[in-house]
Amino acid sequence: MAQDSVVDLSEVDTRFLRRLETELGASDLSKCFQCGVCTASCPVREVEASFSPRRIMKLAKMGLKKQVFSSDTIWLCSMCFICLERCPQDVRPPEVMTVLRNMAAKEGVAPANLSKLLNVLSRNGRVYSIDDFTNEERGDRGLPAVESDLEFIKRISEAKA
Amino acid sequence: MRYSLFLGCTIPTRQMNYEQSAREVARVLGIEFVDGGYGCCGFPVEPVDEVKALSMAAANLKIASESDDALVTLCSACGEMLSKAEKRLGEDAEATKGVCKILTQAGLAYAGEKPRVIHFARMLHDDYGLDNIRARVVKPLKGLRIATHPGCHYVRPSTLYLGFDDPEFPGTLDRLVEATGAEALDYQGKTDCCGGGILAVREDIAKAMTGKKLAKLSGKADAMVVICPFCGIMYDKYQKTLEEELGIQLGLPVLYYPQLLGLALGIDPSKLGFDVNSVGVQALLGKVGV
Repeated sequence: MAQDSVVDLSEVDTRFLRRLETELGASDLSKCFQCGVCTASCPVREVEASFSPRRIMKLAKMGLKKQVFSSDTIWLCSMCFICLERCPQDVRPPEVMTVLRNMAAKEGVAPANLSKLLNVLSRNGRVYSIDDFTNEERGDRGLPAVESDLEFIKRISEAKA
Repeated sequence: MRYSLFLGCTIPTRQMNYEQSAREVARVLGIEFVDGGYGCCGFPVEPVDEVKALSMAAANLKIASESDDALVTLCSACGEMLSKAEKRLGEDAEATKGVCKILTQAGLAYAGEKPRVIHFARMLHDDYGLDNIRARVVKPLKGLRIATHPGCHYVRPSTLYLGFDDPEFPGTLDRLVEATGAEALDYQGKTDCCGGGILAVREDIAKAMTGKKLAKLSGKADAMVVICPFCGIMYDKYQKTLEEELGIQLGLPVLYYPQLLGLALGIDPSKLGFDVNSVGVQALLGKVGV
């Protein structure tokens, strides 16, 4: 922890800071005054000591992109939104987390299980593919069959930003 | 009462007990569900590409807007994603531009359509009404002690659900449970997250979150009641694994709310999908007397 806590201010990434400023999800990050209500309220923190939304907010606010992206902690927020309800500054930590995750994903550092989802959706149009067995079971239960190929989701998954 | 039903990805393939019981309960209550051609709400891709997630939500909203029926979601994450897209695409010009670019490539368009989106439990609570539910109960579930788990996206972020439940002390699911005649327990940590949101990233942490609540409630409640497929998967499907890993007996049945309500409405348990539940419900059904 002590080693991790030391930050090198020469690593401040101004381009990263400028990009953060343009994102609506991070528009109130500058208001964070480090009270720590987010970390104190966090159900992930309760079982995983390495996770601290407060620390992530601080590192991001300072423009320390390398530190933000070099650990897996931005991926540990479970999006329960308790901190969003309690934050006295309306920083909306989960929304900041999504902005940071999207940036990291663009740089190719998202967890494989998440980054492969768009491929799955462009193949099936669904997170879980529908096979004959699925619709057979649905029929047995009196449930209507569901479409196996959702073209519009496939096309959206494949579109270029 | 008629609604368009939004199933999402997980429920129609992995948690058919939720869908089966919801449809059966709706039928008995006289609520009509119309099936639409909906696809993924976008929620699963939000961490890697929020604009694409919003695009998927927008495409679904467009389909929903073709009828006057409100959109009912069984999954809390679908409900949140669709509601968020309606709000975001009205106030974030940059995101809207990105969404339009993606939808154009897919041969689709979104012009700010905002069909009413409502969670199944909220629909029962707000639209159908507790008094009407009580009036239909033929088998009051007296003596059953239920620990409700409202989950996260059903009530939070509260800015998406103005005028609805308290984001810190949600009470609507408790009241729905009490309408069946069962007792809704008060317990610490009711709003704690199931962990499902990070299952794909760190299964160990997700399971630790799940186990914490189960261990707290085991022996104190007859069953846990959930209204989101991710909560259902975590507390029900992972319970056996947790028992093995933690070396403890949990044995806490996890029911979807319409499964519980179905029993109170006198619906035959065979129509409520209990065979999909991982944790045995026989003792519970015995207690109810069916």
